[in-house]
Amino acid sequence: MRTLRDVPIGGTATVLRLRGAGALRRRIMDMGITKGTVVYVRKVAPLGDPLEVTVRGYELSIRKSDAENVEVADDEPTRA
Amino acid sequence: MNTTIALAGNPNSGKTTMFNDLTGSAQYVGNWPGVTVEKKEGALRGHPGVIVQDLPGIYSLSPYTSEEVITRDYLVNERPDAIINIVDGTNLERNLYLTTQLLELGIPTIVALNMMDVVKKSGDTIDRERLAHKLGCEVVETSALKGIGLKEVAERAAAYGLNRPNMELPHVFTGSVEHAIAHIEESIEDRVERPLLRWYAVKLFERDEGVRSALGLPGGTMEHIERHIADCERELDDDAESIITNQRYLHVRHIVDECVRHRRSGIKMTTSDRIDRVVTDRILALPIFATVMFVVYYLSVTTVGTFVTDYTNDTIFGEFVHGGLSSWFESMAVAPWLTGLVLDGIVGGVGAVIGFVPQMLVLFLMLALLEDCGYMARVAFIMDRIFRRFGLSGKSFIPMLVGSGCSVPGIMASRTIENERDRRMTVMTTSFIPCGAKMPIVALFAGAIFGGAWWVAPAAYFIGVAAVVVSGIILKKTRAFSGEPAPFVMELPPYHVPAMGNVLRSTWERGWSFIKRAGTIILVSSVVLWFLQSFGLSDGRLAMVEDNNGSLLAAIGNVVAPLFAPLGFGGWKPAVATFTGLIAKENVVGTFGVLYGFAEVAEDGAEVWANIARDFTTLSAFSFLLFNLLCAPCFAAMGAIRTEMHSRKWTAAAIAYMTVFAYAVSLMVYQFGSLAAGKGFTPWSGVAVLALAALLYMLFRQPRADHAGAIRFQRKVETHG
Repeated sequence: MRTLRDVPIGGTATVLRLRGAGALRRRIMDMGITKGTVVYVRKVAPLGDPLEVTVRGYELSIRKSDAENVEVADDEPTRA
Repeated sequence: MNTTIALAGNPNSGKTTMFNDLTGSAQYVGNWPGVTVEKKEGALRGHPGVIVQDLPGIYSLSPYTSEEVITRDYLVNERPDAIINIVDGTNLERNLYLTTQLLELGIPTIVALNMMDVVKKSGDTIDRERLAHKLGCEVVETSALKGIGLKEVAERAAAYGLNRPNMELPHVFTGSVEHAIAHIEESIEDRVERPLLRWYAVKLFERDEGVRSALGLPGGTMEHIERHIADCERELDDDAESIITNQRYLHVRHIVDECVRHRRSGIKMTTSDRIDRVVTDRILALPIFATVMFVVYYLSVTTVGTFVTDYTNDTIFGEFVHGGLSSWFESMAVAPWLTGLVLDGIVGGVGAVIGFVPQMLVLFLMLALLEDCGYMARVAFIMDRIFRRFGLSGKSFIPMLVGSGCSVPGIMASRTIENERDRRMTVMTTSFIPCGAKMPIVALFAGAIFGGAWWVAPAAYFIGVAAVVVSGIILKKTRAFSGEPAPFVMELPPYHVPAMGNVLRSTWERGWSFIKRAGTIILVSSVVLWFLQSFGLSDGRLAMVEDNNGSLLAAIGNVVAPLFAPLGFGGWKPAVATFTGLIAKENVVGTFGVLYGFAEVAEDGAEVWANIARDFTTLSAFSFLLFNLLCAPCFAAMGAIRTEMHSRKWTAAAIAYMTVFAYAVSLMVYQFGSLAAGKGFTPWSGVAVLALAALLYMLFRQPRADHAGAIRFQRKVETHG
């Protein structure tokens, strides 16, 4: 199952569902990463983690280990 | 009758600017009881009898974080007369997500559509009337930065206090969900007040643990409700919490689609993004970061900070106050004890507090600038990977960096860290980094014992950093610090030119809170220690003494000294020296001087090197050095800890932790060193082994899995298909 972590830098993906439970999952959803949302992976931090993604028109920083909890659709053409 | 208006909105929505503008200087800053979250309230300018209550910046009203729980508890229990919901017009969807939740609370709400100047510049248009209609509340366009629209918002909100508007809320959720919510409302109708009916019903649908325990519904009702929820979950093939959040965002998306006209579509490259292209670039980010940190450090610690602090200490206090008072006292033939009390105890103590303030103001100014312009979030972004491992935040970098100059401003700098746990942990461990005042101790022993070896100073820093890392790992696994880890999901707000009003206000407020909170501790402890050092028992009576050789402190030192025997330095002189280090770490050197018969010594204590070499072995010297590097910090730093922890319990815990840690480390070093040197196995060696075992256990154990927390609720999600 493809997750947000697997999306390459510069790629976009559509969210399918969120794994996990409780505060972990709720926070991600509250920030706008919900089923059907399009997420654009803008860049990764200089030391390799976290990721910076664009969601609902704003910039969000999310750790790779948390990004793993976001399942995304498989085939997505890379859009700059 | 007082009208209260609550101010709620996302972080970075311009809430602070608006609050400052609405209340002017009539503000009171405290903190919400039991947590380190700041609480601000103030009188609304131009409207006597109206109070504005600032609420923490939040993204949602979930039961999971302190800020959210504080906000919902306040809104549900205190029932303010109105809410001004600040909405960032450049970030509508996420902001309106909170708006729909606030509206469910049944409190008259008005939306301040903020940052409209930025929206207009981007060419987007927002249909304000349509937005108001779709939301079900009034919407006023504002630009807090430019001061537009604030008066109108304030006026309308204040009017709500006298004349509650009829809020007709449109349906947010789909048919089956609204259906289930209606059923839940029916079941709890007689137990909750009308205005809150909807809010409770939606929360119960989400299985919100906070609401469940607050309402304490009978088992039968809960079962009934559960059945409705389960039906919905089955029908929509998703869990209740996801259903609600998804549908909220769908509703919001629909509203935005109807009300906003974008000039450009697709992924936009804003000015902010362009700046970040350079600032968080894989290659350029670290050099830029290093430069910025260097400037911060240089200005606040090395140049302006030190300069102003030294001037304050030496000139203002040294010459004017101290000199002036002492000649006045002399001319009046004031008794020596009173002179001593006032000059050395009180003025010394007050001077110690005031002396730090200029340096801290410079530091706070820079931190406020960094925060307001948006770079601080990038600091966290860049440094996160390193600090996360040790239970700290990327923002912990600055306190540690500044702490290498002086712990006091370093500890105060940890206020930029939002997460309470991270902040507490940073406050507890910052003092491990050797500050400027500890370096003379290092120099003393480097010269006396290690022949001026080059590696002693770097070793001290290395040990400090190691202590931070080890402490982070250990503490993260304890019950007090573990808990539902919030995912590190952080907004990177757009850059903007710092608003000087906010910056100056925040700088001043932080400086003032240090004076107020830390001031007491520093003053009291300075006076106490002055007393213990100036008085002694001679012929069974209390009288003033020349120096520490016959003082009460020395007597205490003698009594306490055996405690340090297992660490290798059980004499009374080291004990006394360590105690005076509590006033200021560099005093350790001076005290040794005095105790060995030198009224004054050089900064590195060169005069007493021979004495030190005689009284300490290499091992005991190393152990003593370690203890002083790691143990409780000076009173000023303790005061700073008290300011940031907002709790006596935590302050005491922090100081106790550092001292116990220092004791354990010194114990292990001395005992294992002795064993290695061929001395036999003693009971204390056994204790050292136990200490090591305990340390290793705490380092490598599995963190606790489940936590009972009032605000935390974890529920296993059934995996679907």
